[in-house]
Amino acid sequence: MTSPSSGLVPYLAVTAQVLVVVGGAPLLTGLMRQVRARMEGRAGAGVAQPWRDARKLLRKEAISPVGTGPAFRLTPLLLVASTAVIAALVPLASTDTPFSARADLILVVALLALGTVSLALAGLDTGTAFGGMGASREMTIAALVEPTILLSVLALSIPAGSTSLPAIVAGRIHDPNRLASPSGLLAIVALAVVTLAEAGRLPVDNPSTHLELTMVHEAMILEYAGPDLALVELGSQMRLAVLLGLLATLAAPWGIATTSSWAALALALPLLAAKVALLGTGLAAVEVFWAKLRLFRVPELLAGSFLLAVLAVTASYFLTGA
Amino acid sequence: MGTGLYTQLLDLACGVFLIAAVLVLWYRELSAIVRVFAMQGVALGVIGLLLGLHEQRWGLVGIAVGVSVLRAGVLPYLMRRSLTAAGQTRETQPLVNVAASLLTAAALTLLAYAAAQPLVQLAPSPATRALPVGLAVVLIGFFALVTRRRAISQIVGFLLLDNGITASAFLATSGVPLIVELGVAFDLLLAVLVLQLLTLRMRTAFGDTDLDDLRELHD
Repeated sequence: MTSPSSGLVPYLAVTAQVLVVVGGAPLLTGLMRQVRARMEGRAGAGVAQPWRDARKLLRKEAISPVGTGPAFRLTPLLLVASTAVIAALVPLASTDTPFSARADLILVVALLALGTVSLALAGLDTGTAFGGMGASREMTIAALVEPTILLSVLALSIPAGSTSLPAIVAGRIHDPNRLASPSGLLAIVALAVVTLAEAGRLPVDNPSTHLELTMVHEAMILEYAGPDLALVELGSQMRLAVLLGLLATLAAPWGIATTSSWAALALALPLLAAKVALLGTGLAAVEVFWAKLRLFRVPELLAGSFLLAVLAVTASYFLTGA
Repeated sequence: MGTGLYTQLLDLACGVFLIAAVLVLWYRELSAIVRVFAMQGVALGVIGLLLGLHEQRWGLVGIAVGVSVLRAGVLPYLMRRSLTAAGQTRETQPLVNVAASLLTAAALTLLAYAAAQPLVQLAPSPATRALPVGLAVVLIGFFALVTRRRAISQIVGFLLLDNGITASAFLATSGVPLIVELGVAFDLLLAVLVLQLLTLRMRTAFGDTDLDDLRELHD
């Protein structure tokens, strides 16, 4: 778990994890759009449409607005790179990777925050009204989301006795009682709510709107075009995939390889894809029935999820079976 | 029933019990608050039932069944009736906004945990270790009682307080004697009936159940 073993498989596991996230994230978004379209009675553009969009955007000329600085130009790369690092750190397919000793919860949350902050800086850098508005909204949400992610995973880390994600996941695989404990359930619910907020999904932010009253994520990336836009889109799709993957890994850790064997890895990757696809489909299906919350009610939702996380931490102290 | 399963189920019921109290603070729709209260009644009944089965005390099982009939059936039914009579379904403005009251609930839970520690250490067992849950619900119920404006949500706060007291009694001493429990149950029923009547009278007098309007009576 925490001591990386030698051999080829651990390295292969990390490579496979990152490749699955990079290649699968646009497909996940495509799948979610397709589910949504079907449920709304539309034909939909197909699961591979985000990849086709990316190909189209990558062929275009790179343009950046006059007067923008390095923050605007570096953000797409930083967003994709930081998310790829998270994909390598989080035990999505295997808890036995060369990085598992460093896959600390606090590091993962910091990397998530790095992507968020760089995106907000890029929104400010453009100097447009929308960019600034989106950035301020994003930071408001981020300030409420980060402590909740930390707390909810901390509640899961108390039984494991370590904030290392592979140790938490391995502990949950070996002791299935922890899955149904009140503390575990509360933490998973809190984590699910903040995942929606962090990935910019429906009750908090509508990913498919360009209406100035409601947009958060879209407002920050309005000035991007061409390859940069493709990277930003890929980055946010990867964030969604990684966050859903983390949620699936913590909530239903079955099938994740805890040893470095070929067979375990070969089983873990399709299971990971299936779990994330299932979560994505479910999320897309409920999003059809949800309305976006008013921006002023978002802090209420996030305070509620913070409370659930606090209760999860306290419950793990005062309930025996937690 | 094995000890492991008993502990798990008891903790799960206590978790649901606490979550229901929190959801009362979260929701604005009064009918949703009543539904959550009914859910809490079921959780309370399950706590009593589990303790009774574990300690093989059939009187306690009977009390648990009675408690859940009263708290998950009769009281929500009465409240729903006075809701439809009052016609207003939203708690428009609690005195403390929702985000702040949720954070207060977190602080109250921690306080209950700290306050219950000496009690738990007297006789540590799965049931007594869950005692802070009961105390937390007492505190949250008291908080809901003092910060809500509508008569119905104040009733829910009062009943939350009483649910917390009953849960504490179950968890600390495996329930009070049947006769005391019966007395409490009838008291509660009477209180809710009186409050329901009061709500109706307020509605006919003011066209509203906002208790802040009652200060006009002083003039």
